[in-house]
Amino acid sequence: MNIIEIRGICKTYDKKTLPVHALNGIDLTFQKGEFASIVGPSGSGKTTLLNIIGGLDDPTDGVILIDGVNITALSGRKKTQFRMKNIGFVFQSFNLIPVFTVKENVEFIMHLQGISKEEREKRTNELLDAVGLNDKKNNRPNKLSGGQQQRVAVARALASKPKFILADEPTANLDSKSTENLLDIMEKLNQEENITFIFSTHDSRVVNKARRVITIEDGKVISDISN
Amino acid sequence: MLWLLSWKNIWRNKLRSIVVITAVTLGVFAGIFMIAFMNGMVEDRIKSVIRTEISHIQIHQPDFKENHDFSLRINNADSLIQKIIQTKYVAAVCKRIIISSLVASAETNTGVIITGIVPDEEKKVTNISDKIIVGKYFEGRGKNAVVIGKKFVEKLKVTINKKIIITLQDINKNITSGAFRVVGIYETDNTMYDEANVFVRYNDLCILTGLNDTETHEIAVLLTKNESSETVKQELKKNFPELEVQDWMELSPEAGYLVSAMDQYMIIFILIILLALCFGIINTMLMVVLERVKELGMLMAVGMSKPRVFFMIMLETVYLSLTGGLIGIVSGYIICKHLEKAGLNLYFWKEVYSSVGYSSFIYPTIDFQMIVFTTWMVILTGILSALYPAYKALKLNPAEATRTE
Ligand SMILES: Nc1ncnc2c1ncn2[C@@H]1O[C@H](COP(=O)(O)OP(=O)(O)OP(=O)(O)O)[C@@H](O)[C@H]1O
Ligand SMILES: [Mg+2]
Repeated sequence: MNIIEIRGICKTYDKKTLPVHALNGIDLTFQKGEFASIVGPSGSGKTTLLNIIGGLDDPTDGVILIDGVNITALSGRKKTQFRMKNIGFVFQSFNLIPVFTVKENVEFIMHLQGISKEEREKRTNELLDAVGLNDKKNNRPNKLSGGQQQRVAVARALASKPKFILADEPTANLDSKSTENLLDIMEKLNQEENITFIFSTHDSRVVNKARRVITIEDGKVISDISN
Repeated sequence: MLWLLSWKNIWRNKLRSIVVITAVTLGVFAGIFMIAFMNGMVEDRIKSVIRTEISHIQIHQPDFKENHDFSLRINNADSLIQKIIQTKYVAAVCKRIIISSLVASAETNTGVIITGIVPDEEKKVTNISDKIIVGKYFEGRGKNAVVIGKKFVEKLKVTINKKIIITLQDINKNITSGAFRVVGIYETDNTMYDEANVFVRYNDLCILTGLNDTETHEIAVLLTKNESSETVKQELKKNFPELEVQDWMELSPEAGYLVSAMDQYMIIFILIILLALCFGIINTMLMVVLERVKELGMLMAVGMSKPRVFFMIMLETVYLSLTGGLIGIVSGYIICKHLEKAGLNLYFWKEVYSSVGYSSFIYPTIDFQMIVFTTWMVILTGILSALYPAYKALKLNPAEATRTE
């Protein structure tokens, strides 16, 4: 079964001067366990697409079904709930709460979900082990490198056991070594835990790691290659 | 965890938070101190109105107070006093003769009210005897002694042991006069009082005017506590329907007004301070929200609901104002409690204060109710000033978090 099904998505930003057609009819499906990248030139609509899949933004037209649930039809509060339980996010920056330690950052979302303290601690440890940062768990984010911060963000995104993780240019601010490191971790999680990753990128090295590459331009899918 | 997050968040920009907290602290402290100060002043004034000038209740013939008519006398004063002293809450009673007169010294002369008193009884009711700065309060047996106020001494240009001539109307409306020796000079906190009140012995005045010593113009009643004034007044009114019974609030309306107006002034005062603080806090919290647009967007994206975001910003604001408020309240309380005992000597403003009837030695008094009220108001201010910034945070869009430009 498709975990994500996108049908006829259009997005028009209403600028005062002239409307911007960011997405012009996108149809896509994603299966459980995919490791897919979305590429395209700047302004092609990658961020817009990911935001709409993640329920952060509403499409002007079209539907998105996640595990059969039409998220465009959900009310604000239900949508937030749904996001919290089903979707993990990794952004390009501003991923972490600066006043919380690494451990607290990962725990926080589980806390919002009302997960018990022991369970939280256990899972936080597992996740930080998985991203290789257990020794930094009591540090504040500003004591970590950009790559380490993004790994914490991945751990945080996994905390709620989401159905898939959306990552908008997760490596854009990283050097090549950190980029490789982050991708290795993502790949490992994908292969060993069958976690679904969908990420956008400009970086050809990142594209090479992906098993599926979706290219969009001017808000349309122009190629969709799996290998 | 949300509580912890909010608390940690206010320390992100230490300087800014400290500035806000300091402003709230100072504002609240100033409010508490001013209130305690004014409270102390008013209480002191009330105390001297009651203990020095008026006592709790006075009884006259109707209309006597209007024109001090010599003929409006209470007859059987002594038996009346016997009855009054039996009344509940009554501590002491005394009688007085009050006559307008002309007083002359070697230098000059002036009109003044002469009060004839029974010193031993008067001492139990009023405390003029404690306010003697030169000489004695009618000690010894010397006839025709007079005790006058310091201000009056200056006006009349006399000194202790000098004689003054008191001229007045006797019982038959003839002009009569007597020489009185100044045996004591008193000074209260109220120069107007000192200038207008001259005391002689009851008996001396009876002899001079030909009055019978059971006749009197005024009966003054001291109670065991201020709060009983109304009850006792009603009781006495019932017992002596033909006489005029008035309590200190009626006799000194300005002092009565002080008591009722004080609470309102204090509340208005606190509200103005808090309103000013409110705007400062709103301004700061708006900056906070604006700075954290991306982070708040991220929090919403990962599942923090809007009510939680709203609550977080509210909490931060309340923490800020409450921290400052509590420091202000506690320090204000401690300092005022100390001054309540030690007193605050504003000797350099003594002239100003005593010319309007106030002591320059002030004991700020603070009551617990006022502290509780202020605490609630600070919390309320925090919440009110949080509303708008928190509302602004609500309007943020989680999609913002992903926009990097
Ligand atoms: N909030 C907005 N209001 C108006 N126009 C917007 C808004 N967000 C995006 N756009 C426009 O929509 C189009 C798609 O933008 P989007 O950010 O999705 O592109 P992108 O592929 O992510 O680009 P980049 O590689 O630079 O991140 C662009 O033309 C952009 O200017
Ligand atoms: Mg983008």
